[in-house]
Amino acid sequence: MNYQLEVSNITKSYGDLKANDTVSLNIKDSSIHALLGENGAGKSTLVKIIYGSLMPDSGEMRWGGNSYSPKNPFEARENGIAMVFQHFSLFESLTVEENIILGLDGVGLNQNFTDEILKYSKQYGLDVNPQQVVGDLSVGARQRVEIIRCLLQNPKLLIMDEPTSVLTPQEVSDLFVTLKKLAADGCSILYISHKLEEVREICSEATILRGGRLVQSCVPQDHSQKELAEMMIGKKLTELARSKINVGSEIFSINNLSKKSDDLYGVDLENINLTIRQGSIVGIAGVAGNGQDELMELLIGEKSSGDGVLSFNGQDVGLLGSHERRQLSMFFIPEERLGHGAVPDMSLDENMLLSRPDSSGMTSSGVIDWSSVASYSEKVIDDFNVQTPSSKMLAKSLSGGNLQKFMVGRELIRNPELLIVSQPTWGVDAGSANNIHQSLISLADNGSAILIISQDLDEILSLCEQIHVLSEGKLSEAVDMKNNGLEKISQLMVGGES
Amino acid sequence: MNESLFINIIIGISIASTPLIFAAIGELLVERSGVLNLGVEGMMIVGALLGFIVQFHTGNPFLAVFAALLGGMAISSIFAFLTQFLLTNQVATGLALTLFGLGFSAFAGRGYTEETIVLIKAIHIPVLSDIPFIGPLVFSMNPLVYLAFLMVYLVWWFLFKTKQGLILRSIGDNHDAAHAIGHNVVRYRFMAILFGGAMAGVGGAFLSLVQVPIWGEDMTAGRGWIALGLVVFASWQPFRIILGAILFGGITVLQLHAQGFDIRISAQYLSMLPYLATIIILVSLRIRLKNKTNRTVPNCLGRIFHSTS
Repeated sequence: MNYQLEVSNITKSYGDLKANDTVSLNIKDSSIHALLGENGAGKSTLVKIIYGSLMPDSGEMRWGGNSYSPKNPFEARENGIAMVFQHFSLFESLTVEENIILGLDGVGLNQNFTDEILKYSKQYGLDVNPQQVVGDLSVGARQRVEIIRCLLQNPKLLIMDEPTSVLTPQEVSDLFVTLKKLAADGCSILYISHKLEEVREICSEATILRGGRLVQSCVPQDHSQKELAEMMIGKKLTELARSKINVGSEIFSINNLSKKSDDLYGVDLENINLTIRQGSIVGIAGVAGNGQDELMELLIGEKSSGDGVLSFNGQDVGLLGSHERRQLSMFFIPEERLGHGAVPDMSLDENMLLSRPDSSGMTSSGVIDWSSVASYSEKVIDDFNVQTPSSKMLAKSLSGGNLQKFMVGRELIRNPELLIVSQPTWGVDAGSANNIHQSLISLADNGSAILIISQDLDEILSLCEQIHVLSEGKLSEAVDMKNNGLEKISQLMVGGES
Repeated sequence: MNESLFINIIIGISIASTPLIFAAIGELLVERSGVLNLGVEGMMIVGALLGFIVQFHTGNPFLAVFAALLGGMAISSIFAFLTQFLLTNQVATGLALTLFGLGFSAFAGRGYTEETIVLIKAIHIPVLSDIPFIGPLVFSMNPLVYLAFLMVYLVWWFLFKTKQGLILRSIGDNHDAAHAIGHNVVRYRFMAILFGGAMAGVGGAFLSLVQVPIWGEDMTAGRGWIALGLVVFASWQPFRIILGAILFGGITVLQLHAQGFDIRISAQYLSMLPYLATIIILVSLRIRLKNKTNRTVPNCLGRIFHSTS
């Protein structure tokens, strides 16, 4: 068997923490190889070592049979290793073509690259316009730009760090077609993901890491999703189930909400109606970009929705700001973690305090009681298994999944009467997602109402009793799940009539 | 208006705007790399002093300009070291640099306040410079004036026609992404800051080597701040620096000539114009950019880059 890349016994420590502890990984020629693990399992560290951004403390690598120890990403690229980053490394103010040239070594500006870009664009079904400014592109299009940038280096190994976490289902299936074609053309792919169903769909091997150590290398199709998830987290997954569904009286309603978007590329919301009862979990499914962001802004109170359209416990809340809504026990977890959900340059403690209503006991007469704040954040860190050295760390220093766990926990420990959450498990690994789901369920079991807006249909199906679909700014009626419900949801998601 | 008066005004404007062009084009490159250096005034005054001292002792204008260039670079290297390696706040460090430059030059220049030097002369090309009208306007300027225009062209060419320039712009747009694909953010910024210092130094030297043959404390008189405003006025586009500098320089010259023509407008109003224009440009830029991806203001301007991997 020929291996393109052999990694043996790599160890990398940060102080006392062993991010990688004698990890080995072998990638075959022309294969799609999955790298699985929870947040903080050491996937990123390993990948950075392969890509030359980090130097290992010990261990060795072989590339195409020869000894390989890159000192920087340039050397990795010279050898034919390319990488698509999780947080895209694109420059918004530059054009697609300029962006692509930037990632290519030894290419000047005088060469005309447009044809070359279009060639790859055509060959692998990656639709881009070289002269467009990247800032105006959708997330999916940006990823296509990144992939083309990598392909122009004729890589023998393409590393993809959670490529599907921001894509719509259609974009995901387009991406898979591209990846399979690439592998068939001789380019191996190292595919990092939390999404086990995807891994089972396109990967032929999988390497699983946990706590910086190698758990197992296996063929993902030989195991069920649940088994893979359990290998990742090292313990059994809890089955999700509502112990008691105790639906009480109506707590929140949206009445004939229509709103034109201020944004050029935004979606106008049209006549949205929704009722939520105590103790129920309501889901809004739909493909991204169908008005989710616009709806969330109005629900949170970042933008005013006007008189008489939002009612919480009989009170009109449409004109209240988000802080005032929190005082009434409406809590929110927005999708964008850095910027909307947390202040990147502030510590977890400070972020904890910022979203609290005045009555939280963290302040007395306006003076902050830091030890009380810290005890709250430490409780969240423990309960939700947030991987961080302390609650004094800056929000931006946490990985996306870890920060998400912190933000979900921050709102959940308040026992809100109503929790509105967008993409609760976006970028979160299976074990922690399970944990978050379990917490949402027990919150509802205790009588709180929850509204979940998510693109992850499995998540909606497993949690929600009442499911609506948002499509082109219109919200469907609750879908009757007994009668071909799933089929109806799919139809609604792609914009068909039910 | 007679011909010689017109020619005098044009030459006056070119003399007034050249120091601004030098300082602003240097700062433009610095800001394109994502660094805000508010120390322009301080770097200019150090350049003015060093140029003067070397000209006084050697009488060699090449050495004088070169000394000013090195002086500006040296003082900017302090800023570069502090902001790029010790990650200090750029605004505070830049302000400190200006204060330091003003104080240092006043101190080091004490012995020279009574002295005069030989100014750098405008060139005279036989035949060409003698062409009526065109000759004095195009072929008889001070050599540093031509150099200033050349620098603007070179900066434009570098930024938009070379790979290195593209990398520099990308660092100003998103330094984390530039770092991730393996470009050395700190090295590019360090070099850009040194270039900015060199240009500010030459711009300062123009004041003491071309405009007046003396050295005086505070002789930059706020030109470093106008240069900073000019970069915004130019919306970070090199050639617009020339336009802005001529406008700003022109206002200075007009102030002088307005008195000659007995136009009754208070000098204070004219002095306000450059700043007013900068504010108007800023607002109109914002309006024009509404709902569009910003392609001019460097997104990382003033932000500290701290590599995490």
